[in-house]
Amino acid sequence: MAAPKIIVVGGGLAGLAAVIKIAESGGNVDLFSIVPVKRSHSVCAQGGINAAKNLKGEGDTTWKHFDDTIYGGDFLANQTPVKAMCEAAPGIIDLLDRMGVPFNRTPEGLLDFRRFGGTLYHRTAFAGATTGQQLLYALDEQVRRYESEGRVRKFEGWEFLSAVLDSEGVARGICAMNLRSMELVTFPADAIIIATGGNGAIFGKSTNSVVCTGSAQAALYQQGAYYANGEFIQVHPTSIPGEDKLRLMSESARGEGGRVWVPRTPGDKREAKSIPENERWYFLEEWYPKYGNLVPRDVATRAIHKVVYEHGLGIDGQPMVYLDLTHIDRATLDRKLEGILEIYEKFVGDDPREVPMKIFPGMHYTMGGLWVDFNQMTNIPGVFAAGEAEYQYHGANRLGANSLVSCIFGGFQAGPNAVAYAKSLKPASGDGGHAQELARQQALNQQLLSSSGTENPFRIWRELGETMTQNVTVIRYNKNILETENKIAELMERYRNINLSDRSQWANTSFAFTRQLWNMLQIGRVVAQGARLRDESRGAHYKPDFPERNDEKFLKTTKASFDATANEPRIEYEEVDTQFIPPRPRRYDAAS
Amino acid sequence: MAEKTIQIEIKRQSGPEAPSTWEKFEIPWKPGMNVISVMREIAANPVNSNGQETTPIAYDSNCLEEICGSCAMVINGKARMACSALVDKLEQPIRVQPLTKFPVVRDLAVDRSVLFENLKAVKAWVPVDGTYDLGSGPRIFPQQQEAAYPLSNCISCCCCMEVCPQFNDATGFVGAATIAQVKLFNSHPSGKVLKEERLRALAGDGGVQECGFAQNCVQACPKQLPLTEAISDVTRDVTLQVAKDFLRA
Repeated sequence: MAAPKIIVVGGGLAGLAAVIKIAESGGNVDLFSIVPVKRSHSVCAQGGINAAKNLKGEGDTTWKHFDDTIYGGDFLANQTPVKAMCEAAPGIIDLLDRMGVPFNRTPEGLLDFRRFGGTLYHRTAFAGATTGQQLLYALDEQVRRYESEGRVRKFEGWEFLSAVLDSEGVARGICAMNLRSMELVTFPADAIIIATGGNGAIFGKSTNSVVCTGSAQAALYQQGAYYANGEFIQVHPTSIPGEDKLRLMSESARGEGGRVWVPRTPGDKREAKSIPENERWYFLEEWYPKYGNLVPRDVATRAIHKVVYEHGLGIDGQPMVYLDLTHIDRATLDRKLEGILEIYEKFVGDDPREVPMKIFPGMHYTMGGLWVDFNQMTNIPGVFAAGEAEYQYHGANRLGANSLVSCIFGGFQAGPNAVAYAKSLKPASGDGGHAQELARQQALNQQLLSSSGTENPFRIWRELGETMTQNVTVIRYNKNILETENKIAELMERYRNINLSDRSQWANTSFAFTRQLWNMLQIGRVVAQGARLRDESRGAHYKPDFPERNDEKFLKTTKASFDATANEPRIEYEEVDTQFIPPRPRRYDAAS
Repeated sequence: MAEKTIQIEIKRQSGPEAPSTWEKFEIPWKPGMNVISVMREIAANPVNSNGQETTPIAYDSNCLEEICGSCAMVINGKARMACSALVDKLEQPIRVQPLTKFPVVRDLAVDRSVLFENLKAVKAWVPVDGTYDLGSGPRIFPQQQEAAYPLSNCISCCCCMEVCPQFNDATGFVGAATIAQVKLFNSHPSGKVLKEERLRALAGDGGVQECGFAQNCVQACPKQLPLTEAISDVTRDVTLQVAKDFLRA
């Protein structure tokens, strides 16, 4: 039998990790990506990657990493895969080190580690403040090596539109669009791996890259895949508000000693540095003495919201607080944080070594995603998922520096599992559904091209982002969420009256965007409805009307499936695997 | 008082073979805008300054924080990243055109795949034995890490190639970015196993000898890579390698 043919969609850390494992085991891979894979969103990750290497004499263990991750995720994550990830993490760091990632070092030449949120241990390996970039490049280089050996074919500049499913609902390939010629083609495969990242774009402005629309996941959801825990969206406490996007200010700034504060006097007009110590309020340190500025992200985000909106203490009355590094010497800052300080300098114009940064929470990470089993396979046979596109490692809140390890671990699992699945796959009957799927996608394109309405897709997108950000992020009320759901239904109606201001069939980026937009609307609905139905507070999901965690009713994975007739999600719940660590209250303010 | 606006002129081309034209736009100003947000405004309201309906601008972009390397273009005569080109710091009318040394795909989107091909040619990777568990990596002292890290920050934007007078079809020069990666991998304890192959790939036509020391690259690099230093170090190594190979032959 010929080597199995696997298609990987997405060339960030998870996708590349899967490609490497498949190529190494002798399989053939076609790698699809909208952008050249070296430009994938993983490149934006800053602070580091977690692994309990215990190189600081603190007695750290993989079990403690596991416990911090489960506790940090408010017990919503299935424990079996998380445990496996934490156990694999030290080996993953060693591998990345061998691949040449320029991790920061100790004087003895060993890996250096720093602290990150939600743990009391130095567990985060880092390469300056551009760790994601360095990790992505290391995997990109290994994939380029396999590409030059003919084991991997790259299809950069192609967008995944759908899976090709045979008459029994088994995946037999994908349908993709060439983003230059706009041509639609189906590609055969024995298994496919979806590693297309998060869905920041449904919130309009986020810390995510432009390609993070969630479109691929949404397409599969509409083809019958479950979408799990959609309502769990991480709003990062420290981002730099911008006109085009929210730029991340890494948690490593606090890991290296950065302090969050506001002036104690509302509307204080003085320059930050001239405000004396006793007139500053270091509210995180006061409220959470044990973890201080390094409480998990959901906790820090809510605290900042409270200080700004309830205490009215935002800087100069604006929704912003200080993140202060000015007490740390320049050499240390440059050695450990230069990349992120440069971002602030370039986009804001102030030097954060001299002036405290002004930051505010911003949508950052998609904890939910395609539902997968412990083998990383979705409920569609032959469709696997890895990385931020799936749901299983972070529960209700992701800890900082756990994303990179979950992407690589997930890819390392999905790759070999897809190969094993493909080896036992029976041949398809007929053409495996290729002609039918191609025709369906061509019809969708034709429909858009012949639409002569009045609605601008970019304006619909803005409205989606505004309603999602306003009602479905940090503080959630059912009444407001319902408003957002109705708004999305209205936007879907308006979408049917779309005006493509560009109908050309060459490198038509707004056409591709308009196709993504429909999928964004669909997934926005999944997020909103999941949030409305979950009447409790857990991790990043916070409802003032239901301020407590309710394990009896909601220690459950949310699973959304698409009801095509009603064109809306149906929600069901699934038990969570809690076999190793019994759920306990999550309290960072108390001695826990 | 009239609303404050931004004047911008964009060089447009509907496809690789199509003629190019300049199109002018007048966009409402908002605080903190960059060139990307101007183009998004155009997409949301695709009307040029003559009041004619037009198409949204095609351009590459992704991270918008100058780390993915996508949005390189020529802005007011300078090759740079559009995301970090803040409108308030640019003279108006802002003139935006695609990189000139790479084939235009459409409008401001160009094909820079040549760089990725060059990286293949010089084997810009560490040839690990496998991804299975082989223990920890080599010891690397902080000084070595601090020397390697800046080279590893290259975002493949190709600005260094755009501004290089020697980077053209006549020379086939690989450009500074590729040479910097050769230095990076040749200095890695296990990456250096391929050192000789990499140096040979940079000997002869299109290799390090094509550099004319204009030093434009190091000024254009948005990530401040020590490019001229890398070129001079690698040139020295290539010369030595050529001499060694000559003596061996």
